[in-house]
Amino acid sequence: MMPAPLSTDVLVWLLVAAVAMYFRHIGKHEHLAVPWRRVTHSASGMAALVVLLFFVLVGLLDSLHFRPRLESKDPEAQSAYSSEVLSVFDVVANPLRNRPEKTYSAPLATRAFAKELVELPDGKQMRVFPRLRYGGAHLKDEADRGRDVFVTCLRALALALVAWAAISSLIVLMVARRDGQRRGPAWSRVWRGETAVPWRTVLATLGILAAACFSAVALSANYHVFGTDKVGQDVLYLALKSIRTGLVIGTLTTLVTLPLGVMLGIAAGYFKGWADDVIQYVYTTLNSIPGVLLIAAAVLMMQVYVDTHPELFPTSAQRADLRLLFLCIILGLTNWTGVARLLRGEALKLRELEYIQAARAFGVGHLRIILRHILPNVMHLVLISLVMDFSGLVLAEAVLSYVGVGVDPSMTSFGTMINSARLEMAREPMVWWALAAAFVFMFLMVLSANLFADAVRDAFDPRVRTDFRPWRLRVPRPGKA
Amino acid sequence: MIGYIIRRLLYAIPILIGVNLLTFALFFVVNSPEDMARMQLGVKRVTPEAIAKWKAERGYDKPLVYNGLKQGMARLTDTIFFKKSVRLFVLDFGAADDQRDIGYEIRTRMGPSLALALPVFLLGLAVNISFALMMAFFRASYLDFWGVVLCVAMMSISGLFYIIGGQYLISKLWHLVPISGYQGGLDAAKFVILPVMMGVISGVGSGARWYRTIFLEEIGKDYVRTARAKGLSEVTVLFGHVLKNAMIPILTGAVVVIPLLFMGSLISESFFGIPGLGSYTIDAIQAQDFAVVRSMVFIGSVLYILGLLLTDLSYTLVDPRIRLE
Repeated sequence: MMPAPLSTDVLVWLLVAAVAMYFRHIGKHEHLAVPWRRVTHSASGMAALVVLLFFVLVGLLDSLHFRPRLESKDPEAQSAYSSEVLSVFDVVANPLRNRPEKTYSAPLATRAFAKELVELPDGKQMRVFPRLRYGGAHLKDEADRGRDVFVTCLRALALALVAWAAISSLIVLMVARRDGQRRGPAWSRVWRGETAVPWRTVLATLGILAAACFSAVALSANYHVFGTDKVGQDVLYLALKSIRTGLVIGTLTTLVTLPLGVMLGIAAGYFKGWADDVIQYVYTTLNSIPGVLLIAAAVLMMQVYVDTHPELFPTSAQRADLRLLFLCIILGLTNWTGVARLLRGEALKLRELEYIQAARAFGVGHLRIILRHILPNVMHLVLISLVMDFSGLVLAEAVLSYVGVGVDPSMTSFGTMINSARLEMAREPMVWWALAAAFVFMFLMVLSANLFADAVRDAFDPRVRTDFRPWRLRVPRPGKA
Repeated sequence: MIGYIIRRLLYAIPILIGVNLLTFALFFVVNSPEDMARMQLGVKRVTPEAIAKWKAERGYDKPLVYNGLKQGMARLTDTIFFKKSVRLFVLDFGAADDQRDIGYEIRTRMGPSLALALPVFLLGLAVNISFALMMAFFRASYLDFWGVVLCVAMMSISGLFYIIGGQYLISKLWHLVPISGYQGGLDAAKFVILPVMMGVISGVGSGARWYRTIFLEEIGKDYVRTARAKGLSEVTVLFGHVLKNAMIPILTGAVVVIPLLFMGSLISESFFGIPGLGSYTIDAIQAQDFAVVRSMVFIGSVLYILGLLLTDLSYTLVDPRIRLE
């Protein structure tokens, strides 16, 4: 096979590398690690992190694109590559991808959703619900479906339990090793939720996640867990593919937001005077245009450009990918004003503080003051607004795709899924599963992003600690530290 | 006060010029009118004559900023920039790409937009503040905790799902109200009630949580302790002191959107088939009618700047300490 990275792939992996470097840097500096350690002490934050990591894993696997080698009979021939671009995730999810039905079928169904004219063996024709090509095809008697699903689930759950037990014992071993305890006491501390890092919550989340994943995988071997869509594609596969689009929009946008917002915001607050006036003017102007309209205008203009220059975009995957990248850039250009305004206010405050006055009196250059003294002291605000923006961007993608200025229609995303499912709701009987799948996956992703963002905000900015957990107030029983 | 308003209105001019230049650059410089014509007429199999005709009909057959063929002022005025962009300042929107008068459309569609947006705004504000006050009143209890959980869950659901769910449940399953459409006059209520409900519900999550944060911040302040020490009941403290003092941050977020209510809501108007400005904009985006999108961008910024001004003025109403000089 031949690697065929799309432009967003490259940026996604660059971002992963940057995040890895950031955490390496943090590991070396204790004062930077403290707030992150506080994040790991938040139960809701850690549970959300587990789910988010699962989504990120799927998204990263889906960001390794290549073109498969075409089978050729002649071994001497030059190896040829398919024009179709696949990702590693597509290979993993091959059974989902490569078993299309003819059209709609309900979740776990064995028969199609619409009647079809079938020729009976005796030559007569009849309108029946035909059996699906793949869904439940292994069943001799369809009445066995319920039992078969049940048994498959049970087997999967048993496997999930084994896997979960393995992970649990690893974690307990780790806790025991770190605290210099024996395994027994360590296990009971985890079990009672007495560890600093809420391992009990993490394990519970992992358990639920493992149960859901194992059952879905086991059932997918013979059924369509979330049914199939209009062209017979597995809805679960579409929902999993949508994850990457959501993640890319939520993260790559920051590549534009961050440099613009940080540089301009700090410059405005630090230099004041005409620089402040100009920068404020720019972001007030940008802000005054309703966001959706600005995005719509920009995307429409890009559409015109793409349509009039088809020669620049050889494959449809590349075209869709560039549109996604462009959408991220546009979202970033409309989003940086919030960060800039925040940092301007902070820089205005910081520049008057004694240590910066002192640095200036010593003749330290402006650039050095900004980099050494101001930037580190606003980084927590940058980080908070980054994680807080993520869920908003994922939600915005759905709305923009509905308006028709979102991702390319050929690209699977939550927005395009909802958009097509909207029309299916009007059918009688209703086709609800595509919408349900989009809802479940999108809700999980946004909810865990929101919870994680809250945990990060609480850890980095203690002033705005808003969440309160009544059971934290329990009076400690005597005899326990 | 009058002097302040006039000065603020003068400040608005450079911003509007900026918006105007930006949209002009976006719509005419990045892509030439030629590209737009080719796109509208279909990319392939399009004759130069058809493009020239399309441009002439819509007034795009002029130079962008400088017309060397004309004399005197006409060198500057007989250009796309003057005819299409500068005219927006006197609210002359011209004709849409389908030749209909944009100004007329805006005037007739403002009513339905307001009929939907105004109740959503007022009801939403009332519901969010009441919910937030309730959570603040029962702060640090299970009611507060589960209220926040509910808020976070509700703000994690895309607005599209609320609309689709509401349409399915109330219109399709229970047949309480029509699924979409609109009529003028009093009949409008029947069509507007569901979108209003869905609009309010989809905003409760983030809204109530935000107001709760504001209230909790106020509750921690000294004057609240003083009020309690005087022996005032918690209800009096909450409504008489906390709510009053929280008005500034509440107004900051709320007043700015009042003028923008005229623009309507893109999503719910198009889902519920309400012929307002929101659905007009969406139709224009989907039909790639750039004249309409350009006009809406301009109106939107005018209304936003108006909203900022109103916000500042409203501060003086709730806080006598604030004087606008």
